[in-house]
Amino acid sequence: MELTKNKKVSLKKAILKTIQSFRISIPIIIGVLLLVNLINIYAKDYYLSLFTGNLMLDSFIGALAGSISLGIPLTSYVIGGELLKEGISLIAITAFILSWTTVGIAMLPLEIKFMGKRFALIRNTVNFIFAIIISILVILTLSIL
Amino acid sequence: MNKLPDKKKINGVTKFLIVVLITYLIVALFNFSIAQKAFVDFLLMFIKIIPILVFVFILMTIINFYFTPEKIKKHLGENSGIKGWIYTMFSGIIISGHPYVFFPLLKDLKEHGMKDSLLAVFLYSKNIKIPFLPVMVYYFGLSFTIVLTIYTAIFSVLNGIIVEWLIKRR
Repeated sequence: MELTKNKKVSLKKAILKTIQSFRISIPIIIGVLLLVNLINIYAKDYYLSLFTGNLMLDSFIGALAGSISLGIPLTSYVIGGELLKEGISLIAITAFILSWTTVGIAMLPLEIKFMGKRFALIRNTVNFIFAIIISILVILTLSIL
Repeated sequence: MNKLPDKKKINGVTKFLIVVLITYLIVALFNFSIAQKAFVDFLLMFIKIIPILVFVFILMTIINFYFTPEKIKKHLGENSGIKGWIYTMFSGIIISGHPYVFFPLLKDLKEHGMKDSLLAVFLYSKNIKIPFLPVMVYYFGLSFTIVLTIYTAIFSVLNGIIVEWLIKRR
C-alpha cells in the first residue's frame, strides 16, 4: 500500500505537529518528575503523623496528602495498606488513594499549560471534593453490605 | 508569526529545568545521597513512562493525520451523545498511563473540538486501573475494590457534567 504524495505531505505535517507538542511537553514532564521525586523522599515518612483519628478530618487530610503526592497508583495502595495496618481509618485511606491519581497539585502547572487554567483548577477542586464524598460513600456502602 | 511565542515557551521551560537542577545541586551539597536517590527514582519513573510516551506520540500522529476537527466534534463534541461518554470512559480505563502523559494529546483533541466534560471523564476514569486491581484486593479486600471501582465509574460521569457546568458558568 503506497501513500499518495498528498498523504505523504499530510503524514509529515502530522508528525511535525506531534514533535512540536513533545518538544514543549517532555522537558516539563522531566522537570516536574525530578521535583516530585525529590519532594517524595522528604514527604513519605510523614504520612502517618498527619492523621488525627477524627474520621471526617482524616478523610480531608487523606485527600490532601494524596493530592500533593505523585507516583503510580500502586505506590498509593502500598502506603495505604501500611497506614491501615497502623490503625488509620479506611475512610482516610480511601480519600488518600483516590486523590493520589485524580488530584495533581504537583502536575497543576503542566495541566494549566495544556488544558487551560480554568479547566485545571475546576477539575482538581471537583476531584478533591469527590475524593472525600466517595470515601464516605464507600465506607457507608461497605457497612451496609 | 508563530515563532516568537514558541521561543518564549521554550525559554520558560528551560528556565524551569535550570531551577529544578539548581535545587538538586543545593540538596546534593547538603546531602548527596538524597539527591542521588531522588534522581535514581526519577530515572526509574521516567523509564517506565517511555513506552506510554511512544504510544501517545503514535496516537497523536494518527489523530493529527486522520481526524479532522469535524470528525472529532462528531464523536466527542457537543452532539456526540451517550456514545461519546461511553467511548471516553472506556478509553480512560483501558489506555494505561498517568493522566499527565496524556495532556498534550488531550490538548490536541480539545483544539479539534472534544468537549470539556469528556476530557474530564477521560482523566477521571483513568483512576480505574485494571492491572492494579489485584493489588488493591490484596491490601483492602474484594468488596472494597468492587465498591470503589463502581463509585469511581459513576463519579467519572458526574465529574464530566459538573466540570463542564462550572466551566460554562461565568
